Amino acid sequence: MYWHQEKECINRDDLKQLQLERLQATLFRVATHVPFYRQKFKELRVDPDGFRSLDELRALPFTTKQDLRDNYPYGLFAVPLRDVVRVHSSSGTTGQATVVGYTGNDIKTWASLTARVLTAAGVTKDDVVQIAFGYGLFTGGFGLHYGAELVGASVIPISSGNTRRQLQIMQDFRTTALVCTPSYALLLADTIEEMGLSLNAFSLKYGLFGAEPWSEAMRQEIQKKLNIIATDNYGLSEVMGPGVAGECQQRQGLHVNEDHFLFEIIDPQTLEPVPPGEMGELVITTLTKEAFPVIRYRTRDLTRLIEEPCPCGRTLRRIERITGRTDDMLIVKGVNVYPSQIENIIFEIEGTRPHYQIVVEREDRIDKISVLVEVVESIFFDEMRKQREIIETIKQKLASELGIGVEVRLVEEKSLERSEGKAKRIIDRRRL
Amino acid sequence: MLKVRNLESGYGKLRVLKRISLHVNPGEIVTLIGANGAGKTTLLATISGLIPARAGEIILRDREITRVKAEKIVELGCSLVPEGRQVFATMTVRENLVLGGYIQHKKGNREFLRELDYIYELFPVLAERQNQLAGTLSGGEQQMLAMGRALMAKPALIMLDEPSTGLAPLIVKNIFAIISKMREAGNTVLLIEQNAKAALKIADRGYVLETGKIILEGPAEALLANRDVQRAYLGRDLARP
Repeated sequence: MYWHQEKECINRDDLKQLQLERLQATLFRVATHVPFYRQKFKELRVDPDGFRSLDELRALPFTTKQDLRDNYPYGLFAVPLRDVVRVHSSSGTTGQATVVGYTGNDIKTWASLTARVLTAAGVTKDDVVQIAFGYGLFTGGFGLHYGAELVGASVIPISSGNTRRQLQIMQDFRTTALVCTPSYALLLADTIEEMGLSLNAFSLKYGLFGAEPWSEAMRQEIQKKLNIIATDNYGLSEVMGPGVAGECQQRQGLHVNEDHFLFEIIDPQTLEPVPPGEMGELVITTLTKEAFPVIRYRTRDLTRLIEEPCPCGRTLRRIERITGRTDDMLIVKGVNVYPSQIENIIFEIEGTRPHYQIVVEREDRIDKISVLVEVVESIFFDEMRKQREIIETIKQKLASELGIGVEVRLVEEKSLERSEGKAKRIIDRRRL
Repeated sequence: MLKVRNLESGYGKLRVLKRISLHVNPGEIVTLIGANGAGKTTLLATISGLIPARAGEIILRDREITRVKAEKIVELGCSLVPEGRQVFATMTVRENLVLGGYIQHKKGNREFLRELDYIYELFPVLAERQNQLAGTLSGGEQQMLAMGRALMAKPALIMLDEPSTGLAPLIVKNIFAIISKMREAGNTVLLIEQNAKAALKIADRGYVLETGKIILEGPAEALLANRDVQRAYLGRDLARP
């Protein structure tokens, strides 16, 4: 099922033409209306009117989160405020908040792009969609809300929080599609178990999860526990919000809406493009945004481009699930450690729960990394031998994956802090 | 159908088109709007081969036509209806159409007559006046004749330069209705208009041209809703006290 087949299955040559046209127009608009870009172009001696090929993208300046902060609140808007019909603000997970705006056209485009993502995940007008993302300044709730309405689904704008009420409504309203973060989906699944509810009382078919990195193992767990098709979707408020990319039912990577966003994968250190297919930082240029266009925005998200065509028929290329953030990357004893590496290993071990915490400390100038893993009750209380076995297995696997020694401690089920929004997986106690 | 990339052209020392990239998909009506002097007519003249391109490329049906001669471009399937009609005033309506169908005529009489029937169906007034001298037609009728004459070549792409210029509002409405019908009949249209609102209403997509550069591209309805377009081209004053 496609929402916009003509665009989702576009011939690659036609796509390149469209991208070039849109990028040329975008460059003209930012150079004319956004002093920040005019200045940057001048500094880098970039002639926005001289841009002739997508290959020249590398000559354009980057935009960073800090640039957004420096221009707080409206400095990077490309239209006067009276043309802006909506303002959102990033949650500021890692620092001061940033502000983004949308024109009427931007809101329409946004709805059509989240409609694509929802359709690719299986949602149709016959579905009842429960949106358990926060509604408010955060883009998650509103972004998917308008797309789901456009698809014609029945939307329950329940917003985040109040887990028991979520489950009550999910049963009573016969929700068929759940939209939230993957960690919240797991929390819902655990709560169903804990309350002794039967899955038969639910009508769930699909889950669309995003807003935080998650692993394949976590997907399997969610799919099994909720008996749904779980797809990943991606977006960030600085670029638009959800709707930037989303998985189809193949669940083999996220199709990027390339007619609206230009993707690059760069090495976060050298800022040069990585060889095709290699892991790096995702950089996005908007092609159609009116109120808040960005040129080469550094997302800090780590992924890689999948060049191979997808069996679903979409010609829009895919990115692999986000495996972490450049600023989540821990440097422990000089080694780069991504939380996703640790997560993948923990999920493979029998008897562990999908909840963990990574703690980094520094003792006598030496980094120490420990992982706290929840295990099921029976193991935690009874089986000392089994516990030692699990610890040894995790230790060995982590050592071979990361190349450094990791302390492992098992903790009681539900003793680690649960998230209603984004998971807090890392605690860095080092004073650097 | 048509792809234009980084096209530059002009007259003498005057650089009119600075870097134009646009495309037209088969079966679409695409409109290019812009103020007087933005370069709209120059663009059509360059695509048709009447003015040489200085840089960039023009691709018609996967074939590069950037340096192809004007008459050959018509043969390749791209016809221009110039601004101000320019019909042959001392010839009859039918003779004008026959001239337009010169290329089709070479292919055989039957094809040619079928095309003539299509034109008379699209523009019934031309059928009524087929034996009248073109110079005696009204402005609106001459515009229809010019469009009919271009269609006689069975172009894959028909380019219309300001078809509404100098016509009474009612006639303009009629002309735009006929352009919509042309799309339904499978024609692909690149329409250049100062009457931006009317053009965007019948178009699928549009481009905004300003001083030789494309500054905006999008679905026609998005351009109609764009505040900059409204302020500059739709005559809507959005300024508030």
